[in-house]
Amino acid sequence: MADAYFTEQHELIRKLAREFAEKEFTKEILDKVEETGTFPEELLDKMAAAGFFGIKIPKELGGQGADARAYVLVMEEMARVSGVASIYVSTPNSLSGGPLLLAGNDEQKAKYLTPVVTGKKKLAFALTEPGAGSDASGMVTCAVKEGDHYVLNGRKCFITMAPLADYAVIFAKTDMKKGNKGISAFVVDMKAPGVSCGKPEDKMGVIGCATSDIILENVIVPESDRLGEEGEGFKIAMKTLNTGRLGVAAQSIGVAQGCLDEAVSYARERKQFGKRIGDFQSIGFMIAEMATKLEAAKQLTYKAAYLMDTRQDATLNASMAKYYSSEVCNEIAAKAVQIHGGYGFIKDYKIERMFRDCRVFTIYEGSSQVQEIVISRKLLKK
Amino acid sequence: MKILVCVKQVPDTNEVKIDPVKGTLIREGVPSILNPDDANALEAALRIKDQDPSTQVVALTMGPPQATYMLRECLAMGADDAYLLSDRAFGGADTCATSTTIAAGIKKVPDVDVIFAGRQAIDGDTAQVGPQVAQRLGLPVVTYVQDIQMGDGKVTVQRQMEDGYERLEVQTPCLLTCVKELNEPRYMSVGAIVDAYKKEITVWDHAAVDLDPKDCGLNASPTQVFRSFTPPQKGKGEMLTGSVSEMSKSLVDTLDAKHLI
Repeated sequence: MADAYFTEQHELIRKLAREFAEKEFTKEILDKVEETGTFPEELLDKMAAAGFFGIKIPKELGGQGADARAYVLVMEEMARVSGVASIYVSTPNSLSGGPLLLAGNDEQKAKYLTPVVTGKKKLAFALTEPGAGSDASGMVTCAVKEGDHYVLNGRKCFITMAPLADYAVIFAKTDMKKGNKGISAFVVDMKAPGVSCGKPEDKMGVIGCATSDIILENVIVPESDRLGEEGEGFKIAMKTLNTGRLGVAAQSIGVAQGCLDEAVSYARERKQFGKRIGDFQSIGFMIAEMATKLEAAKQLTYKAAYLMDTRQDATLNASMAKYYSSEVCNEIAAKAVQIHGGYGFIKDYKIERMFRDCRVFTIYEGSSQVQEIVISRKLLKK
Repeated sequence: MKILVCVKQVPDTNEVKIDPVKGTLIREGVPSILNPDDANALEAALRIKDQDPSTQVVALTMGPPQATYMLRECLAMGADDAYLLSDRAFGGADTCATSTTIAAGIKKVPDVDVIFAGRQAIDGDTAQVGPQVAQRLGLPVVTYVQDIQMGDGKVTVQRQMEDGYERLEVQTPCLLTCVKELNEPRYMSVGAIVDAYKKEITVWDHAAVDLDPKDCGLNASPTQVFRSFTPPQKGKGEMLTGSVSEMSKSLVDTLDAKHLI
């Protein structure tokens, strides 16, 4: 086995994901996604059939019954070819599916999680608000109980997949006085009266998966669609984000690998001053540094996944993996563009897209600075 | 109905490099894959199963213990069972000895109605083992099959020719060797891979398939590999157009320019 953390079964899953990504995410398709801003539904259907939307979800809920390491491998191989494709994998597996898996009752799981992990429906995760980013407790969206239902009002922003989603997990305050402990989680039907989306954001990267605001105006949500108890929302969100970080780490090592592959192949081909540019020490050393940092990022990510699979505390490792992998991914992408010279600045070369795609990795699902808080607090608490 | 598919684990020739000095293949570090034509054969069987879920599809191979990896892939694509013929005594086999072993293995699998195989393996390119297995089992064989329609006690197939195809009807049981034009093999799925690793793979040695070691492997191989080489890449052909005299002139001029005449 190439890696201490993997079994042969994992290697076969990697093979599936790699073959799928290399064959299906062709340059023509990815260029079209960039141009139109939409990802082809038939490709999503194929991804669903390959089981990519429910990797870690138990079979009885319509998932694939694999583990966190399998999830990391699929994410990595998707992101290696297409950053945006990996978002479609991470959402049902992690950020959106997570709250249902963690806090949903059997009925809620059957109603919402199963259709999502089988690719029949799309689910968004809505925590962030214009005034509540890293500080989720600052949210002002409220849910007021009236008989057997809640009335939700507020505005969520930067919600991945919102314009495409059938449902959204919305975090709202059921008690404005209790801070974090006043937050509750709800599944909201995106077609319910009073729910609307803002204009899709014009993003720098990961184009092809629309992001927008979700506006809630007197939206009636039945009590049966509340996840967990009142006041458990913050805990659900944080637990989801803890494991969600692994997905961003995996995306990061995937995009970084794609960038390194491109840089190596370009440095082998491109000739200047009568020799391959890779033979110049300045370029060769850049590649050595990129490859070494990538390997370190991979080991951090794989270890975090391994800890999750063996039911050990992975909070610290997942934060380290997300923090380090996303930061070095950006370094590697920048160096890969540099190695490409002027061509790296031109959209015809895929390195240009990868450079833009990975910029958000140090920002979303807990910025690098939030990860540093998590890591340092964990150490200083001792 | 039970369909047995013969499969082989081969080095991925897209990844194979040639030793520039010795002219031999460098196999080290080359990933092993399911032989592409065999994947088409398996896919053909699985499509019949899609139509009629009572169909059973089993995969059988001869190879070293690590060939179970490829059999897991077959299971993850949808095969119900997998058999591995593995024994030191089977090592060094040419096509003759290989087909003896595979035929002996197939005889041990109960109730096989039809056998599918790939046209040829990409590492040896002989296309001999399929027909030899059929011969040893006393079954009719159709090679280069590009379309399969199962009937009652018979199969209607298209046999690929250079300039068209033959339409043939063949009784079952029979053996068909399949070409890549037959279909596009499906992907595994994550869940099917998980299930594939919960299944038992039956492993048989020479005794299990009633073979004497002297009838297997190197001992029973009349052909010996004298030298293996990769055919040199042919240059790109150039089509000449015009009248016969124009083309003749163009040909002579080209040959003349290259100092070949």
